[in-house]
Amino acid sequence: MSKFNLNEMSQTYYDVLKEIGNIGAGNATTALAQMLQCKVDMKVPQVKLLSFSEVGILMGGEEQLMAGIYLLVEGDIRGSIMFLLEYHSARSLVAKLMGMECEGTEFSEMEMSALKEIGNIITGAYLNSLSTLTGLTIYPSVPDLSIDMAGAILSVPAIEFGTLGDKLLLIQTQFTDEIDLDGYFMLIPDMESYDKILSSLGM
Amino acid sequence: MGEIIKVGMADLNVCAAPDAITTLGLGSCIGIAIRDPITKIGGLAHIMLPDSKQIKNNSNLYKFADTGIDELIRLLLLKGASRQRLVAKIAGGAQMFAFQNKSDLVRVGERNAEACVEILKRLNIPLLAQDTGLNYGRTVVFYPETGDYKIKAVGKEETVI
Repeated sequence: MSKFNLNEMSQTYYDVLKEIGNIGAGNATTALAQMLQCKVDMKVPQVKLLSFSEVGILMGGEEQLMAGIYLLVEGDIRGSIMFLLEYHSARSLVAKLMGMECEGTEFSEMEMSALKEIGNIITGAYLNSLSTLTGLTIYPSVPDLSIDMAGAILSVPAIEFGTLGDKLLLIQTQFTDEIDLDGYFMLIPDMESYDKILSSLGM
Repeated sequence: MGEIIKVGMADLNVCAAPDAITTLGLGSCIGIAIRDPITKIGGLAHIMLPDSKQIKNNSNLYKFADTGIDELIRLLLLKGASRQRLVAKIAGGAQMFAFQNKSDLVRVGERNAEACVEILKRLNIPLLAQDTGLNYGRTVVFYPETGDYKIKAVGKEETVI
């Protein structure tokens, strides 16, 4: 029987996630600054355990247009990770990366590819911090991208969390300075991987 | 014009005409709309997973197709709908990310749709229309007055099934 119960998460596990969030966001900030060649700062990430309905509200409603970058994870830990950001933030981020304004309202093939790469680097930064902290090996898959309503994109991690409980666990990070964006990060290990994370940390 | 009642994820509700029921941003989840065309009583369930029996932590009845549909029917009958007259429409069940069939979880949208079709068939509730699958999110509004099930998606024309 697994030790982990999402509905009764211990304060210690919460703190561990917060620390992973902190280090991960720090790494992501450095990576973003290098990639965009501009100053990027971050606020202290917030770890939140929310009910399904609260998540939509946090992101500005279920119909808010978002960009979600999703990767599967294999290795010692199995599961998936997702990085979500609001549509307009995504556009300005891509514009900055490619050094030009995005035309029209739809992403071109090239811009989508750039966005996937941004997601790849940011999720990679979080995974690195998790891997360093736990000593576990983690291999992410290639990223996939969806641009759609927040509710629809969130249904994917929500369903995975839904097999464990009725809450969704996310890390909210604000990147500021020369860019300004709210990013949401979700790590969704499967049941056995939760136990592996906890025991690798001696819990 | 009646009110529009909102149903969240892993949630359900029932109403009577002229009121309507909506759920926003269905992804791989399914919106199951059931109504009695004579009393014009209808309801909508937003389910996330196909089968409560495959999950250990299954206390939330509204989360699963099997228990969600049972609950929806129970509430419809309580409100005065007739069991024999019930008809259904379903929408949602998209595959939001294109990963090539890595696991059952990736195919969950498709599995959700299959489960709903099967359960409705077993319960002898005619499935009048269905808009499921593909790779985009849907916002739906169900009108028990007419049985219209309105579907909105990003960058697409609104449709009614």
